[in-house]
Amino acid sequence: MNSRIYPLLGFVLLVVLLVVGLQIADRKTNLPSPLIDKPVPVFDLPVLASEGQNMSKDSLLGKPYLVNFWGSWCVTCRAEHPVVTELAKLNAVYIVGMNFRDEPEDAIAWLKRWGNPYDVSLIDFDGRVSIDFGVYAAPETFLVDPSGTIVFKHLGQLTWDVVETEILPRLANMESGS
Amino acid sequence: MTVELGQISLLAALLTAFVLGLVPMIGTYTGNRRFMAVSTTAALIQCLLLIISFSILTSAFVIQDFSVEYVARNSNSLLPMHYRFSAVWSAHEGSLLLWELILAVWIAAVALFSKRLPEVFRARVLAVLGWISVGFLLFILLTSNPFGRLIPSAVEGLDLNPLLQDFGLIIHPPLLYMGYVGFSVAFAFAVAALLGGEVNRDWVRWSRPWTLVAWAFLTIGIALGSWWAYYELGWGGYWFWDPVENASFMPWLVGTALIHSQAVTEKRGAFGNWTLLLALSAFSLSLLGTFLVRSGVLTSVHAFASDPTRGIFILIYLALVVGSSLSLYAIRAPKMIQGGGFAGTSRETFLLVNNLVFVVMTAMVLIGTLYPLLIDAMGAGKISVGPPYFGLLFTWLLVPMVLALPIGIYSRWQKDTGSRLAGMLRWPMVMALVFGAGVWIMEPDIGFVSAAGVTGGAWVIFASIFYVGHLLVRKNSFKIPASVLAMTLAHVGLGVFLIGLSLVSTLSTEKHLRMEAGDTYQMADYSFEFLGTKIVQGPNYTADEGEFVVYKGDKEITRLYPQKREYAQRGNTMTEAAIDPGFTRDLYVSLGEPLDQNGRAWAVRVYHKPFIRWIWLGAILIMAGGFLAAANKRYRRKLVEKKPATAKTKEVTA
Amino acid sequence: MKPSKIFIFILTLTLSVSVLAQRSPVQEPMVFENQQQEDRFNQLTQELRCLVCQNQNLADSDAQLAHDLRAEVHEMLMAGKSNDDIKLFMVERYGDFVLYRPPVQQNTYLLWLAPLGLLLIGALILRVNVKKRAALLDSNPSEEQ
Repeated sequence: MNSRIYPLLGFVLLVVLLVVGLQIADRKTNLPSPLIDKPVPVFDLPVLASEGQNMSKDSLLGKPYLVNFWGSWCVTCRAEHPVVTELAKLNAVYIVGMNFRDEPEDAIAWLKRWGNPYDVSLIDFDGRVSIDFGVYAAPETFLVDPSGTIVFKHLGQLTWDVVETEILPRLANMESGS
Repeated sequence: MTVELGQISLLAALLTAFVLGLVPMIGTYTGNRRFMAVSTTAALIQCLLLIISFSILTSAFVIQDFSVEYVARNSNSLLPMHYRFSAVWSAHEGSLLLWELILAVWIAAVALFSKRLPEVFRARVLAVLGWISVGFLLFILLTSNPFGRLIPSAVEGLDLNPLLQDFGLIIHPPLLYMGYVGFSVAFAFAVAALLGGEVNRDWVRWSRPWTLVAWAFLTIGIALGSWWAYYELGWGGYWFWDPVENASFMPWLVGTALIHSQAVTEKRGAFGNWTLLLALSAFSLSLLGTFLVRSGVLTSVHAFASDPTRGIFILIYLALVVGSSLSLYAIRAPKMIQGGGFAGTSRETFLLVNNLVFVVMTAMVLIGTLYPLLIDAMGAGKISVGPPYFGLLFTWLLVPMVLALPIGIYSRWQKDTGSRLAGMLRWPMVMALVFGAGVWIMEPDIGFVSAAGVTGGAWVIFASIFYVGHLLVRKNSFKIPASVLAMTLAHVGLGVFLIGLSLVSTLSTEKHLRMEAGDTYQMADYSFEFLGTKIVQGPNYTADEGEFVVYKGDKEITRLYPQKREYAQRGNTMTEAAIDPGFTRDLYVSLGEPLDQNGRAWAVRVYHKPFIRWIWLGAILIMAGGFLAAANKRYRRKLVEKKPATAKTKEVTA
Repeated sequence: MKPSKIFIFILTLTLSVSVLAQRSPVQEPMVFENQQQEDRFNQLTQELRCLVCQNQNLADSDAQLAHDLRAEVHEMLMAGKSNDDIKLFMVERYGDFVLYRPPVQQNTYLLWLAPLGLLLIGALILRVNVKKRAALLDSNPSEEQ
């Protein structure tokens, strides 16, 4: 048979690839973050509802924290809100709410209406910082370790499953490890 | 009238297809002539049933029956009548029904117009086509039924996607599918040949007209898609190497190799295995394309709404059809080298080069399209492969093809000499170089690559025309044989395409501007004066319509009216570009956004696109060459001569 | 048909509406110092992929993020950054996915070399086969033309 079997063999390999393709199809648009294990981007942003006050990344060094990008225009943010609130109740980690591409008044109103789970809320009005974080959808959540390195990113709605399997274990590691 | 009748029609078609696949095939192994004759009846009945089913779906759209879910999703009470017809194939379920309808039409055509083929072979061809149809009908009935009801019925439809409310959608899919699906005939011929162990090359001759017609349709189908993207999407682009575009281009590339390979096998008996494999591959790539578009495996602008169940089904179908045909090839393809010998310098060699280049082009497109998936599947990251990759490599691969093409045209079969060819090709080469140099001197901005492309296109055109001249001189007559004319048309078309492509890639200018009513902008020899916008009402949209007066020098040559449309139902905003088409250039204006509150200032895009129409003109010539070659009477006459003993020799009908 | 399907309709509609409701500042056309800069801008934005509408390049996309990233590219161009700097900026934040021209690196060697490799292998096989055919011809010179 020699060379006449090659087309069939090639096709079999192709089918294997396509089978795998079908299995990973639903996450094909999810991009892994190139910032994992890299220092958190520099930011120095005004605090929501506090005149003239700013917060920079330096002031957060020394303890782990979660950065949650959200906007009052984002429906999925509303959907994940209960989980963020639960996480806040646990007091497991300092949660920074990063309100981006939004009007501060709308943000304040949203938090008032649905509850404010954030330890601090910052305003990234023009979205520059979100670009530095590589944010392309909303919501997105980043976990930063005490040394200021990003260790985990979650794209889209935060679920309790993700909290339990990805965030809490990493926090525990940080406590015991470094 | 109940649409469920359409569904019943499909079920009946499935049963018919099953009979078509099974009975004639059994007949070929038991020598039962009546079984074999069932193929014609089954083919015609299947076609009739599909026509009924499709008509029922169409009428549901025409009368706006929103109790049918598919109609509710893709239509609207304000949708103009002509779009109600094209909305039928605007989404997944309906387009599949169109696919299957066209397949049924092709099968019926084969049943009607191949009565002169040997019985056994013919029965096998139709049976294979029957199996292909069975798979598709199962797919439609099990996963993609367009006749499903919406309960409670919708009061109003979601409207046809505004991007698709356009002339292009009316003609592009049907013509594209005629080609895409039409390759199934060449496939069936190849499978039948393998089953029968045909060692003679008659089967190739019989399959040539069918392949040429499918290929010609695919050519124009792809060209229409490109043209449509150009004027509809509003940004002047005409090809994006999007996965779905690639999915249609790959069968075309293989199809081109196939029609050339068939010529060699018919005339010289060589490349039999190439021809078999290419015939199997063309349709396999069509099926692969269907999979890629509908399974959700790749992101694409064209992708229909995807569903894992559908993806799995098509993949199984693909695996069965292609896997079994390639297995058959591995087992049954002739092992001995076929045909006689030929020299290094001969037409056969150049056509072999042609085969190689087209296959590598296809491989390149396939690799580029699937590579991101491969890397992701291996967990090695997420990358993108886009126009910079495809465009670059395609250009490089064009080089050997364009160089070899004219030499191949002039070469004699079996044996020729380099010196004879060089002598005949000297003048076309010189003229092409002069032409290319001339263009480069007139437009130094185009750069070397573009100038080379122009020279290459001219080389192909001059060589093709000179060849006809040589032929006429030698034969001492004015009559060009139809086959030579067909070949010349297609090759000249390629040259025209290359010149257009090269020039528009480097000479087109685009400008994004802020314009206020009264402003004028100068581009090349033209000035565009913006007169402002006004509100315009369409049947299912409201638009801001701009008015531009275009001057060449001092003379007004045309007025352009680009629109920014708001479609009420879906809330989409669409940009309708205004184009002044021309043989040597297009002028293209589109509105961006209003830049102030009262809409006096607008973001405007203005484009000057020289020679862009040559791209589609070239495709039209190629298509014409394909159809003309298929119409060649010798496919019909010769067969009658060779088989005088056959009982029923019907008169030529088509 | 199924209530779940109707629900999905409505959900899709709502989601699309919420995206549109995002603040959308007016998009002024970019201003450049010279034609070369403008050409570079056009070329760069055509080679970068939009992450929101992943089927479009940065030049054509209407997404909010695309607008912002075009502004970034413009700013960097005006500040004198090179094309490579600008692409690096994007890759640092979004990964290789954002480049339509895949970089030549370990996970893309196969991609860039395979077509050329296939052509060379094919050419070699072709040469061998043509030689066989020529030999066949020489041993059977009485073949019909």
